[in-house]
This record gives sequence, structure tokens and C-alpha cells, in this order.
Amino acid sequence: MARYLLRRFAFLLVSLALASVVLFVLLRMLPGDPANALTSVGASKEQIAAARESIGSDRPLPEQFVHWIGQLLRGDLGNSFISSLPVQPEVVARLRVTVPLTLAAFVLAVLIAVPAGFLAAYRRRTWYGALLSGVSQLGIAIPVFWLGMILIAVFALNARWLPAGSFPPDGWAQPGEAIRSLVLPVVTIALVMSASLIRYVRSATLDVLDSDYLRTARALGSSFGAAMWRHGLRNASVPVISILGIELASTLLGAVVVESVFALPGLGSMLATGISQHDYPVIQGVLFVSTLAVLLIGFAADLVQRIIDPRLRTGLSGGIR
Amino acid sequence: MSIKKSALYATATAATLALTLSACGTTTSGSASGGGHNADATVNIGSLYEPQNLDNTAGGGQGVTEALNGNVYEGLFRLTDGGKVEPLLAQSHQVSPDGLTYTFTLRDNVTFHSGKKLTSQDVKYSLEKVIAEDSQSARKSNLEVIKTIATPDPRTVAVTLAQKSISFVYNLSYVWIINAEAKDLKTSEDGTGPYQLGKWTRGSALSLNRFAEYWGDAATNKQVVFRYFKDATALNNALLTNAVDVVTSEQSPDALDQFKNNPSYKVNEGNSTTKLLLAFNDKVKPFTDVKVRQAVSAAIDDKKLLESVWGGHGKLIGSMVPPTDPWYEDLTHIDAYDTERAKTLLTEAGYPKGFSFTLDTPNYDPHPTAATFIKSQLAKVGVTVKINTITPDEWYTKVYKNRGFEATLQEHVNDRDLVWYGNPDFYWGYNDPQVTQWVKEAEQSSTAAEQTELLKKVNRKTAQDAASDWLYLYPQIVVANSKLSGYPLNGLNSQFYAYDIKKG
Repeated sequence: MARYLLRRFAFLLVSLALASVVLFVLLRMLPGDPANALTSVGASKEQIAAARESIGSDRPLPEQFVHWIGQLLRGDLGNSFISSLPVQPEVVARLRVTVPLTLAAFVLAVLIAVPAGFLAAYRRRTWYGALLSGVSQLGIAIPVFWLGMILIAVFALNARWLPAGSFPPDGWAQPGEAIRSLVLPVVTIALVMSASLIRYVRSATLDVLDSDYLRTARALGSSFGAAMWRHGLRNASVPVISILGIELASTLLGAVVVESVFALPGLGSMLATGISQHDYPVIQGVLFVSTLAVLLIGFAADLVQRIIDPRLRTGLSGGIR
Repeated sequence: MSIKKSALYATATAATLALTLSACGTTTSGSASGGGHNADATVNIGSLYEPQNLDNTAGGGQGVTEALNGNVYEGLFRLTDGGKVEPLLAQSHQVSPDGLTYTFTLRDNVTFHSGKKLTSQDVKYSLEKVIAEDSQSARKSNLEVIKTIATPDPRTVAVTLAQKSISFVYNLSYVWIINAEAKDLKTSEDGTGPYQLGKWTRGSALSLNRFAEYWGDAATNKQVVFRYFKDATALNNALLTNAVDVVTSEQSPDALDQFKNNPSYKVNEGNSTTKLLLAFNDKVKPFTDVKVRQAVSAAIDDKKLLESVWGGHGKLIGSMVPPTDPWYEDLTHIDAYDTERAKTLLTEAGYPKGFSFTLDTPNYDPHPTAATFIKSQLAKVGVTVKINTITPDEWYTKVYKNRGFEATLQEHVNDRDLVWYGNPDFYWGYNDPQVTQWVKEAEQSSTAAEQTELLKKVNRKTAQDAASDWLYLYPQIVVANSKLSGYPLNGLNSQFYAYDIKKG
């Protein structure tokens, strides 16, 4: 396990290094010049050149890259081209919105999807089993912004139970208000996320229900519940956990849409603004932190799978992962 | 209308097109209490324009003007919501007979939020900050006419200009007077205005608290909170759920109906200074020919366009001059919609069967809508339009910097920007030596009347030459909760004075 952890950690570092190169190079290939946003109508060539110099975009790319990596190693994400304010504290401030949003949505989605997926498989021949499958199919097709707008219309504009969006100006200093403003976005993400999760849980459960070992356990006198608890859940959870990891990561990255619909000052909206302004340090900072989070989530999902499934530990699977 | 996209680009365009104007101040109006309003109210102001940082000479953008101009920082003069220039921190001023030296006497007993007393040194510092080498202020070029700044005593500032500049006092209304010793102006402030900065949460909100030691009349509310949105729909929802009390500038005409017929809200239409232009490249054929430009202008039904984009809100304009500029004249009759005349002009210009050109169109609203409309209108007189959709960034490089275009659509937001037609090097390439001369003379006029007369000539000449086609003037729509009063209606140059707002 120690060797596995070390190898996994090395893999993480290499991925992060590769991602940072790709990130940096891809951004520079976009058309447009950040100096444009820094100069006004009537700016002379000298002024534009001065703007480039002030943000360092006149220097050769390798030099800019080395500079950026150097900053990163010191935990510094650099300064925004546009505002010239440091990126790192803003990323931290916005994580205070995005992380609770994503985690709460994730937990709620799991709480919905696991029992629903199980029921959809176990009771697949009943009307409500079929209904669950159908609804989850439908749920996958629903765009997240559309669902968000429907929820706003019903629960905020008509019923007036919850705010239509935006985060309290004082943030978590007003915990009640902060939580209230996160309810609808959390539900929006959770519903969309659980729709696809239900399908995975359902198919994983179906595999288990049809398995030889479950039939054997029952033949040996185990009740269905006991057999499911001892053998079934554990087996069903292995594929589901890797899907959970992917879902969590994609939710984190996909928060941009929900944050925009609900006017939340999260990482996603920071990224959107950064992109519209060619603010490379902001884009790089946000994407780097997101990449790190995604890699860590993948790592955690792997680890949990290994703990649950002894076969993955004994090296039978070749230890490629 | 794709609201999200336009909101996203709003910031980019704001910076690109240099709406970044500086500032001025307050006075007048409502003492605390009385008139049934709550003197300790918090007013929530919804806006799409978040400041980039809090320094208007360091790329703070349009949002910083909206929130801080007049509210937190004051100028020697202020531009009222009606477009007039009034003294603010300058109690009085005198101009030397040669028109080159301006001597300002500062108001007494003005203190900064830090507690320091305002002196002439602060004024000198603030002026120098705008014209400094690294300044990104849009007013920089206007103030470069300053030759020397003397401070003979703490209440007197004498500014000598290199040449006469009739707009000097007006331009000073954009210059924030800042404590010369202040630090960290990108994230904090030290002004003299009726509010001091409470807290700025990036991406979310900026709060201003009433300043107890303010020299003038106190603000009629205790606190204002500017709350920022990226999406016009989200902003309207916030107004509908009372999360905000007023929207500084409504960007979505479709949203107006839900407020118009609701007694809880008031929809106010003021005058904006934002013009939508079909700008020809006057240096490129066939637009070198005045008849072609006139023909195109006459072939487009601006009224119908305004109706389809803004549902009839906004105004038609016949030139670059909005009604709030002192040299405004209604010139809409010049090249008014007339397809028969357009066809005749085209024949006279040697294009009886029309011609074809590429229209570079920024990809955010309302440009794509306007481009499609223009294409269908011009097809009726035989002119073929090829629409080339580009990003704001491409526009800036391709059209503005490299002049690699035939015609383009663009919004021009500033007031008093007719004078660009006097610059033959500007992107649209209009070059008329007489106009250039008039613009130059206007700036060196001795009186405002003289300046106005000259700029009216420029106005008429550029309109007759169809230097560009001025499609329409944007509406400036402020939607507010009906319990609110005292908010600015015109929001000239994005300023939004909050100190007179009363909440019932």
C-alpha cells in the first residue's frame, strides 16, 4: 500500500506538471491580446507596448512560463492582468462558495441516487421501478441552466421561499443567509447529477442481483437482505465509486453555469470573467486549482475502491492504475 | 437576445472602449429624516458592472466610476445627472485673461475619510496621478494640456495650460481628489465623499457607509450596497425578490414588461450617451464617396431597427451628438429613411446595380441583430452585406488598430465624443480639414458659447457628409422599487450618485 501511495503521488505530480504546460501553451494560442483591455481608445503604440511590458506579455514564452512555475512553487498564482490584484486570495475566497456548493450537491445527489438506483433495479418489474428509470433517463437530457431557471421561477419568484440568487455580501458571516442562497443551486446540481448516477447504481445493482455469488449466498440460507449487505453492496459500490469521482470532478468544473444562473461569486464565474478579458493569470490560476482538485478526487476515489475491494490490493489487476 | 453572452462581454467591451471615466462629487439635497423615508436604510443597488479594482487610473473600469464617483471620491467640479458642470471641492475659480491659467480656491473644512484635511497638495497629486506615465485613465489625453501646477497656499491651486482648453473645467469633473498620502488605492480608498468604503467582496458586492464627518449634506441613507451580477436575468430576478432595490441600467427590453404593469416598481427612461454606429471606413472604396455613405444611411430604417431591438425605447439621432451634449441639434432629417433617394444616390455614384461589402460585427448584442436588419434593408436597394462576426478583441485589433475593414458596427458610450471626427487618424478615417480645424478652434474658444457654435458646425458637416451612420441612441432605463426615490436617471458616463436615494 505504501508503494502504491508513493507511485500514485508521483503520478499526481507528473499529471499536474503536464497539465500546467498544456494550460499555459493553450492559453497563449488563443487569438487576442490582453494589452487591449489595458489601454483605452486613442492609445498610442508606445502605450500598448508599455501595457505589454507592465504585465510581462512582451517577454518570450519560455521565460513567462518559468516565471509562472516559479510563482506557483511559492504558492503564488500571480497578479491579474486586468485588476493587478493578486489571484490567490480571490481563488481562496471563491472556493468558499464553490466547495460547499459542490460538496453539498454531491452528498444530496448520492442520497437520492443510491436508494433510487437500487429500487429501480430491485423493483424493475414494478411500475415505480420503471418510472424511476424513466425519470432518470429524462433527467440526463435536462440542461442544468434550464432546471435552475425553473426552480427560480417556482421557489423564488412565485413562492418567495428562497432567494433567486446571489450570495450575501458578507458571505459566511451570515451563515443562515449563505445557506439559504445555496439551497436552490445545490438542488439544481444534485438533481441533474443524480439522474445519471441513478443509472449507474441501477446497472451495478443489476449485475450484483444476477451474480452467482449472491445466488450462492442465498442458497446457503442467507436472507436477501443479509446477502446484499455482506456481498452485494460492496461489489456494487466499486464501479459506482469511480463514477462518483468523475461526477464530483465534473460538477466542480461545471459549476460555472450554475454560478452564472444563480449569480454566485464562485470559481466558475471567476473563470468566465477571466476568459472574457484574456486575463491569463486568472484563467491559469482557476484552472490549475481545479486540475489539482480533480486529480485529488481521482486519487481519493481510487483509494476508496482499493479499501473496499481486496482484489485491487493484491496486485491481481496488475497495479496499472 | 443572448443575455449571458452580452453580460460577459460587457466588461470586456467596457475596458476596450474606454468608458473608463473619472469622477466628481456631491452636495445638495435631502437632510436626514423627514418626508417619510428611513434615514438609516440600506439601499441595495444591482449592477452588471463590477469594478476590476478601485483605482480609476489603474484600469478599474466602468464599475468603479459607477460605485465610487461622487459617492466616495469627489472632484473639483461635478457633472450633474442633467449634464451640467457645478463646482464641488472648488469653491470658486478664476481664469487668466489669456485663458491659460486657472486658479482654484478650495472649499474649507473638507476632510478625507482618514481624517486628514484637504489641501492644495492633494489636488496637485491627484491631477498628476491622472497624467502620470502609467495612468490608464481615459481622460489622460485630455489633461495632457496641463503645463504646470502651483500650490501657493493650502487652499489655492493654480494650473497653467500649454494651450487654451475650454473643456478643462468639464474634464476636471472626472478627476478624483485623493489624499496624497493614501496607499493601496486598488483595494481601499481615501476620498472626501459622503460615503466611505465598507467592504468589497470581489465577484459579489461592494458596500459604502455614510461618512459621519462629511463636509456637505449627509447622505439620505445609511448604507448602499452595490451587488454585482453577470447575467441580466439574474439581476432582474434579484429586483423581483427584493434582493436589490434598483437596477442601474436595464439591459434587457424583454424584461421590462414584468415591471411596467406592476405598481411595486417604477420604470424610468432617461437619456444615455451611448450611440450605435454603422461606421464606414471612409478611406476605403466605395465609402470614400459621400453619395454612397448617404445612400446607405438613407436605405436603413432606423426607427424600425430601434423598435425591433429596444421595443421603441431609446431615441433616433442624426449625428454623433446626444441630447445631453451642449451642441445638440436634431439632425434626424438628414439622410432620413428614403429608399428611392438611396437608389438615386447609388446611381449617381456609379453603382446603379449596387455593390457588396463586408460588415465586421461584434458578436454581442445588439450588433448581430442590427447587422441582420441592415443586411435585409440594404438588399432592397441592391447592396449586398456580408456579415463577419468577430469578438471584441478582434474588433480592437482588426478594426480599431489596423483599420482592416470596410464597415463595422460599434457602440460609442462617451458624452462629447463628436470631437473624434476632428482626428483624421481615428479608426473610421473621416478626414475633412475644415472639421479638424473647427474642432481645434472649439477647444481653444474663450467662451462656451463660441465652443458650442463651432461644434454645431462640426455636427452639421459630419451629418451632411454621412461620416458614419448613427443608427440610434440607447435608452437609459433605471428600474426601481417604488418605495425608492432620489436616484439618478440619466447615469451619464456610468456615474450613479447614491447619496440622495431615499427608501420609504
